[in-house]
Formats: sequence, structure tokens, C-alpha cells
Amino acid sequence: MPWLQRSTLGLIAAGLTLGLFLSPPDYQQGDSVRIMYVHVPAAWMALFCYTAMAGASAAALVWRHALAHVAARATAPIGASFTFIALASGSLWGKPMWGTWWVWDARLTSMLVLFFLYLGYIVLAGAFDDRERAQKSAAVLAIVGFVNVPIIKFSVDWWNTLHQPASVLKIDGPSIDPSMLAPLLLMAIGFATYYFWVLAIRMQDEIMAGKIRALRLRRAESEAGDRSS
Amino acid sequence: MTRFTGDDVACVRGERTVFFGLSFQLGAGELLLLTGPNGSGKSTLLRLMAGLSRPIGGRIQWDGEDIAAEPERHRSRLQYVGHADAVKPQLSVKENLGFWASLARDGVSPGAAIEDALAAFGMEALRDMPSRFLSAGQRRRLALARILVAPAALWLLDEPAASLDDAAVQALDHALQSHGANGGIAVVSTHIGLAGETATRARVLDLTPARARPVVGTLA
Amino acid sequence: MRRTLLILRRDLRLALRQGSDSFAAVMFFVMAVALFPFGVGPEPNMLARIGSGILWVTALMASMLALERLFQNDYDDGSLELLALAPLPLEAVVIAKIAAHWIATALPLIAAAPVLALLLHAPAEILAPLALALLLGTPTISLLGAVGAALIIGSRRGGVLLSLLVLPLAIPVLIFGVGAVEAALMGLPARPYFLVLAAFLLAALPLCPWAAAAAIRQALE
Repeated sequence: MPWLQRSTLGLIAAGLTLGLFLSPPDYQQGDSVRIMYVHVPAAWMALFCYTAMAGASAAALVWRHALAHVAARATAPIGASFTFIALASGSLWGKPMWGTWWVWDARLTSMLVLFFLYLGYIVLAGAFDDRERAQKSAAVLAIVGFVNVPIIKFSVDWWNTLHQPASVLKIDGPSIDPSMLAPLLLMAIGFATYYFWVLAIRMQDEIMAGKIRALRLRRAESEAGDRSS
Repeated sequence: MTRFTGDDVACVRGERTVFFGLSFQLGAGELLLLTGPNGSGKSTLLRLMAGLSRPIGGRIQWDGEDIAAEPERHRSRLQYVGHADAVKPQLSVKENLGFWASLARDGVSPGAAIEDALAAFGMEALRDMPSRFLSAGQRRRLALARILVAPAALWLLDEPAASLDDAAVQALDHALQSHGANGGIAVVSTHIGLAGETATRARVLDLTPARARPVVGTLA
Repeated sequence: MRRTLLILRRDLRLALRQGSDSFAAVMFFVMAVALFPFGVGPEPNMLARIGSGILWVTALMASMLALERLFQNDYDDGSLELLALAPLPLEAVVIAKIAAHWIATALPLIAAAPVLALLLHAPAEILAPLALALLLGTPTISLLGAVGAALIIGSRRGGVLLSLLVLPLAIPVLIFGVGAVEAALMGLPARPYFLVLAAFLLAALPLCPWAAAAAIRQALE
């Protein structure tokens, strides 16, 4: 997918140039606000990937389509990486803003739980000798997790307001200046094309691996057949 | 009249085609023996017939209705004995059998049926024995006794003769005979031939992979 | 319904005869709670402050331990496929097994919790809210755990995997379960927390058995 590769690199380069050098610093947060251009798109992509994973899983279970399973499985590590980037960049942003690397802020905590959900999915998908069983089991988990995400979000928000009455600085405000919006959107689209690019590579890999397995199996079977006859 | 039919059934496990183009027709009272080497798909076919898994192609029907259409109706008409004996070591022989009996039957107390089933497989004396003391053959007999505790039109038996002694094989033979006489259908997988009259009246479905399209024939 | 009760009775009888899993879970609960004073110091105010959190988190872990083999035993000895072939919906089988498991494991946990709370210097007035919160929260945990237990049937690593899958999903129950006790501790009304816990239970009651049954069907395929 050369065009996906090119647009990914172009968009991210443009987004970073705009975000890091050409956009103004925030009047409250100073230059720290520039972390937002990575953090916010990563957080969006973390949610987007989980949604894509659950959607692909549902499609795989309903229409029994093998490719949908492959897509869901290939999405998980990408989504987990985005979640990790969101967590790490949030933590980097927290140090100057809150004076500490980690705050049990509602958003960060929800992201952390989402990260755990991804990890559970990845471990489950690798926990079976039977590939088909692994795929189907992981698909059910993705759907169960997806249904739970809003409930977890609601619970964490409630818990957070309870324990942290003082309102902390929001990492992205409701109103945002156009000079900041442009790099943000560029980065978001760049991250999305990155996802599709890597997804295509991973799916190709997976399909190739399947073909190799089938060839090996056929060879083993024909050898066994030769010996018995 | 044919009741239980398979039409062009295909099955894929993982990335391997186990069989395809498989057909069978069974009428009331008929017995089908599944033969073929290990890995040829005997157990897989039985599981398809039970509705535990679904074929990737083709249809399996009972009285012209796909078995997946009304899964609960299909389940209530069959008795299945798999590789495992499903015997709980913590329960006595009678408790084990009693649970499956009352689960399968509607309302009626299964007491007499349990006694009959135990007698049929020579287990009366072991009635109150905790199942953990049973030998492999005795556990197999207990698993087979289960098919007698509730009437079912279709028996699906996976290697029922495994670890059975001669007397028990005879009891199984006898049970299959009276099942057939009552119009019941049975599908039995085996790599060791069943003795006695059952074998002679049985139809055979050979799943050996060399024959790409398995056909139903008779033993001769 | 009759068949569901039949399975419930059988599972309870098995749990009673064998005893090990449920009993071990309660023992784990007691011991793990008793470790906390060694970890954070025996100072009464401190223990009273974090007591409800300790009890809830430990109860959650103990439930995970016991849930691991909810379906695995029946799968191993072939009973699960026969239950799946029995003339009742697989969802009903799942509900019966969860109910039996909850009675055998969670009820003893709930009974032990107030005693342990006293060991942690919790004031007497929170004992009733604690028990009620556990009573409303543990069934949801069992339901979620059953989905996890069904998903890991036949997997290479059982126990740890179950916790990895289920614990994140159980966070909402934990939040509101602890919230109820903390509210009672501060003299605030705990009723909204109970209502949310009940809402979780009502949502999990139809969804989890359905998901667990789907996972079991796949495991048997």
C-alpha cells in the first residue's frame, strides 16, 4: 500500500511541523500543549481501534468470515500501541502541568483500563493451540469488552468526581483555536492512515502465514499418504 | 422411509478439509457404522449429526427439516456418547445415571428406567458405589447405560466399544438390536468391528480419505 | 425450569462433596485480608479508612480463583457437551451453574466479610451496607467471571488468564461496591450506590449467560 504509506508519512510530517513549530503556545500551558498533538489523536485512535476490533469481531461471528477475524486480530496490537502512546504522552504532559507523572484523572484511568482490555484480548488470542478457537474466543471477548467500555467510562468518571472534587486542567479544552486545530486534525488523519497502512501489512502477513501452514499441512498429508500406500 | 439424511456434507477443521461430498440416508430401525482410520473424521461427523458443530457445506436433515432449524427439538430426540464418559467421580453410579435420566426425561420419575439400564449393562451390583472406584470399562458401561434411561429416536455413539469386555460388547449389541427393532436409528463409529447380528445388518460409511467421496455401502 | 434446578442441585452437590474450590476461595479471602495489616501497619484508623477497599478487592480476587474451573471440569470429563445437548437452552445451563457457584462460593465470602471488617477496625454501622453491597455486587462478578471462564475453556493458561480478562470488566462493580461502604462510613446515603449495583446486576443477568453460552458453543465446536 504505497499510497497509504506516503500519505501517512506526509500527514504526520505536516502535522508535527505545524504542531511543534508553527502553532502558538497555549496561554496557560505554554509549550506543553504541543504534547496534545500526539496525545489526543492517539487517544482517539485507541477508541477507534477498539471499535474497529469489536466491529470486525461481530462481523466475523455473524457472517463467519475468516478475513474479519484476521482484521480484528491484526487491529489489537495497533490499538494497544495507540493506547500506550496516549498513556505515556498523558504522563509526560502531567509532569509539567500537575507536577507528577501520574494522576488518577478520569481520562487517564479510563485509558489505562482500555489498555488492560487490549492486553486481555491479545493474551486470549494467543492462549489456544487451536487457531479457530482462539479467534472465536477473542471475538466474543472483544464484543463483551466493547459493551463494557461505556459502563467503565461512566463508573470511572463518577469515582473521579467523588475523589477529586477540584477540577483539574483539561488536556483539550472545549474551544480550540484554528491554529491548533489544523495540526491536531492533520495528526489525527495521519494516525488513521497509519493504522490502515499497518493493518494492511499485518493482514497480508497473516494471510501468507495461513497459506504456508496450509502448504505444510498438505505436504505432510501427502507424505503420510505415500508411506501408507 | 428415510428419516435422517445427510446431503453433500462438508467439514473443515482449522485449515484442513476433513471430508466433503458426504451423503447418507437412514430409515427407521437402521444402523450406520462409521469406519476409517484415526483422523478420518468419524467423531467429527458424529458431532455434526448431534448439532454440536455445523457443517461448512451441505445439509443434515431429520424428516426433511434441517437439524439446525430447531436445535432443541433435535437435541431432545438424540442420545450421544462421546469419547469422554461424563462420569462424575464424586457421585455414585446411580446418582450419575439419575441426573442424566431426569435431565432427559419429562416429568416421569426415572427410577425403573435407571434400574433397567443398570441391569442391561450388568451394573446392578455397583449401584451405590462411588464412581471414583470404577474401572475404565465400568465407566464406559455407565456412559452407555445413559442411552437407555431416556427413550431417544437417534443414538450417536463414538467408539462405544472402547475398553469394553466381551460381555459388555454383547450387551451393547443387544441394546442396539432392540433399539433398531423399535424403529430407532443409530450411528456408531468404530475401528474395531462390532460382533454379532448388529454387524450383519449394519450399513457402513467408510471415511478413509483415499476415497474422496465417501459412499454408503454394506459390510460385504 | 425443572431442568435448570436439576443442574443447580447437581452442581451444589458436587461442590459440597468436593468442597475444595469454594473452600479454598474463602480461605484465600481470609488470609489475603489478614496480610494487609502486615503490609500497611496495624494502625486502627488507617485500617478502618482502607478496610472497605481491601475487602472488596480481595473478594474480587477470591472470586476469580474459584471461577477458573466453572466450566473446565465439565469440559474435561465430557459433561459439558452432554449439557449442551440436553433439551434445555444452554443459557439456562449457564445460569444454573453460575447460581450454584455463587451459592457455594460467594455466600460464604459474604458471611466472612463482616467478621473480617471487624478485624480491620471497621465501625459497626458499615457492616450491614458492606454485606448488602457484596450481596448485590458478587452476582455480577460471578456473571462476568462466567463469561471469562467460558472463553478460556481448553486454553493453555487458565487461571491467570481469567483474571486478566475479567478484572478490568469488574472495575465498575468495585467502584460502586466500595462507594456504598464509604458513603455509609461518612454518614451519607448509600442508596444510590445500591441502585447502581442492582442496575449492573439487571444488565448482566441476561447478557452474560448469553455471551457465556456463545463461548461454550464455540469451545465445543
